[in-house]
Parts: sequence; structure tokens; C-alpha cells
Amino acid sequence: MAGNGDTNSDTSGAVFGDERPKIGVLALQGDFAEHLNILRGLGVRAVEVRTLEDLAGLNGLIVPGGESTTIGKMMLSSGLSDGIRSFFYKGGPVWGTCAGMVLAASATTGPRQPLLALMPALVERNGFGRQVHSFEAELDVEGFDGAFTGVFIRAPFFESVGPGIEVLSRIEEKVVAARGDNILVTAFHPELTDDVRFHEYFLREVCDL
Amino acid sequence: MAENGQQTGTFRVKSGMAQMLKGGVIMDVVNAEQAKIAEESGAVAVMALERVPADIRADGGVARMSDPEMISEIQATVSIPVMAKARIGHFVEAQVLQALEVDYIDESEVLTPADEKHHIDKAAFEVPFVCGATNLGEALRRIGEGAAMIRSKGEAGTGNVVEAVRHMRSIVGGIRRLGVLDDEELMSEAKELQAPYELVRWVAENGRLPVVLFTAGGIATPADAALMMQLGADGVFVGSGIYKSGDPARRARAIVQATTHFKDPKVIADVSRSLGEAMVGREMGDLKEGERLATRGW
Repeated sequence: MAGNGDTNSDTSGAVFGDERPKIGVLALQGDFAEHLNILRGLGVRAVEVRTLEDLAGLNGLIVPGGESTTIGKMMLSSGLSDGIRSFFYKGGPVWGTCAGMVLAASATTGPRQPLLALMPALVERNGFGRQVHSFEAELDVEGFDGAFTGVFIRAPFFESVGPGIEVLSRIEEKVVAARGDNILVTAFHPELTDDVRFHEYFLREVCDL
Repeated sequence: MAENGQQTGTFRVKSGMAQMLKGGVIMDVVNAEQAKIAEESGAVAVMALERVPADIRADGGVARMSDPEMISEIQATVSIPVMAKARIGHFVEAQVLQALEVDYIDESEVLTPADEKHHIDKAAFEVPFVCGATNLGEALRRIGEGAAMIRSKGEAGTGNVVEAVRHMRSIVGGIRRLGVLDDEELMSEAKELQAPYELVRWVAENGRLPVVLFTAGGIATPADAALMMQLGADGVFVGSGIYKSGDPARRARAIVQATTHFKDPKVIADVSRSLGEAMVGREMGDLKEGERLATRGW
């Protein structure tokens, strides 16, 4: 609404001098609002990241689903690519879902596009085909009790990963979830389900909260 | 469909696809070269069509689904999603577009309707559909038929944002109104809206549509795009506004920036500098009876 477009102030349970951990969600394009909602339900402060300044003081960052070419270009023009790289290489925890997984990779099998290159991995964009082939599937995930419903939308997969990367889930030979020290990637969208286990996993195992 | 434990064509997968487009700009393109420019400008998807709405208006005649060859060329050129339009009610055009594996079908009033009474049964398809709406009732009827994304209709090919604003305010205002009604008032409201009761109830409880809501029809400037976003749109379709302007690539980039940073007037000011000529707009009062596209469909 006019003059009232600010959705970034997370007031859920906020008090003066809020000490709760702060998790940012890259909000240049894509389904960032879905991540923010789940994070707020888990009791952390969740904020939109649109500019370099928004990275300050974050305990973790999620790069959401969306169009990786669009997000990549917007990150370059805003200086956020360098900002996120520097956040990450100083130990900042990052989780990429779908487009975020593409951007986290060091190389793609497709045409050149801006990447963050946060982990040694070769990504195949739209690896399962166009939208008519998008699907849901029950996944076995390393360290999870019970299957996790993966929602795959024009999803990528990792064709191969380098040293130091642990594969958490595969569909046949295709890597669809993986992690390194301070990086987590999923080819599917936990933020489109009611199952918050991956968000909890990110906060607990990757952000050490 | 289920194959080796994989379920395709679920509503979550269809509406989820639209959720990935949020905060983005979908651009009309008529050939592979324009599609490339759109992708390089940061479009989240392209809409492949034979003529942009401004030309459809100028040329007259029956406007139909695009040549499959042109759609395939565009698919081969860009890596972002490719959408295409089918005529209202023309389910065979939709079957053809699904066979071509377009990523989204727009059952669109911009093309000449094939059926004046019935829209396509969209739930029967694996490919998701976006449909236009001028108000909440129309939006919920389309969702009832299986649409996984809604766009306010506006008045395509006019370069005039006034109808897009009218339709977006009508949809968003209608949603807000439902929120204050008692349970017993919802059924009579559903009757007024001529919309499925279950959907009316869902909207009343959740304060939003169950699918993503974009805007379309008359967006010509970065400020137009940001206006629609501040009014409640999740993203923007731009048609004639880009390729009917003086410097399409530059205007396309500017509209993409304004859509992301719609709350930041400084950014909008910056990207709006020396953009060259915008498309020539048309006054609604100058449109003749029958020239209004938004009245197509119900």
C-alpha cells in the first residue's frame, strides 16, 4: 500500500535490543517470503536482504528459489555477489535452494552466467527438464528420520562435487542435497512444504545456533 | 502422473513455479532475438507471441496461438521459462502448447476468444496456467478451473496503466473485504462474487489468493511497475511497453530494477533517467466499443 510497503521489519516477538539470531534471505527475486515465514515461525529474526548493508550482523543467509540468471545479474549490479562471497569466506553460513544451489556452484554445464562459486560442484540447470516434468518425490536424506517431500521445479542437480562436500541426498546418480562446512544446498524447495526439518537443520547444523 | 515415485503436474508444483517468478518481470517477445534481449535484461520468463498487443490492436483480425516453430526457436535460445498464449476456451491450442513443453500457458484475452461461455478446464493439464482477472470473483473462478497463477488484466497494448490499477485495487480490496466478514456472511458473499464458496472461505481465512498474483496490461515505465508492486502485485508482465519504446534493452533493465526495488524511490529515479521515449499511450475514452480486451472472458 502507498507509503506502507515495508515488509522488512520483523516485529514477531521483537523487543528493544532484540538479541535473537538474525537470518537474512536474499530478496532480489523469487520465493523469499516463504523462507521468511518459516524462519519467523522458528523463533529467529528473519530479514530481507536487498542491499550490501543488509548483510551486516547476519548469523546466516538463505539464497531462495527463483530465476538464477535474474538473481545473478541483480547480485552483480548491486555489489551483493562480492558481499555474499566475503560473508561466506569469513565463515558466514549460506543455504541455497534451487536457484540458490545453481548460484552456489563453481561451474555450470550450460551457458555462462554469474555464479557465486561457494563450493566445488558442477551444476546442471533445469536438470530434470522443463516445467511439465517438474515433480514431487519422497527423498531419503542423510541424518533425517523418515522421508522428506522434495518439491522439484525446473530443478537443477549437481553432476559432480569436489572434496569436502558431503552428499545428503540423491535421485539415482543426481545429487539433490549436499553440504560443506558452512554451506548447504537443496535442488528442491523445503519452503514450499509444511515440513520445517531442513530449516531446523540449517539453523542447528550449519549456523550452529 | 506418477512415474518411479515422482508425481508430476501436482497443484503444488504448478503454483510453486509461479512462486519462483515472484518479484520478477515477464516480457512479451515475438522472436528469438527479443527473447535474448529480455533474458540479458534480467527477465524471469518470456511470453512468446506473434504480435505484441499494440500491434494486435493496430492490425485487427483474429489473433491466435503462435507458430510452434517460433516458440521452439525461443525455447532453444533462452534458459529462462518460456510461456505462450492460448485463446480463451481453446483447449486444443493448450494441448499443442503442452506438447511443445512451454513452461506456462496464458489463457489470454489478448487473443481472440474461441469460446464465449467456457474457459479451459485447466486442472486437466500437467502444464500450469495463468489467467487474467478484473476482480476477485473472476480470479477465484479461474482458480476454481485450475489456474495456478492470476494476473490482473489491465488493458493490454495501450501503454496506459489506469486499468491495471483499477483491477489490482479491485482484487486486493476484495480480499481485504472478505477478512472482515462473519462466517455466515461468506456464503452470500460467494454468491455476490459468483465464486466457489471453498475458495472464498480460504481467502477470508488467509488474507490472500491461494496463488501468485501478477499484474499486466498497460505497464510502460519503471514507475508504473513499482506502482503495481506497491499496490500488491507479486510481479509484472510487460508487453508492448518494452519493444514499442525508444531503447528496449535499457527500458527492460530499468523495469526489472524498479520491480525489485519497488519500495526505493531513489532507485526508481535513477533507473528512470534518460530512458528515451516511452511507448505512445492511449486514453481509455478513445477506445471504441469492442476495442476493450479486458471484457473478454468472464
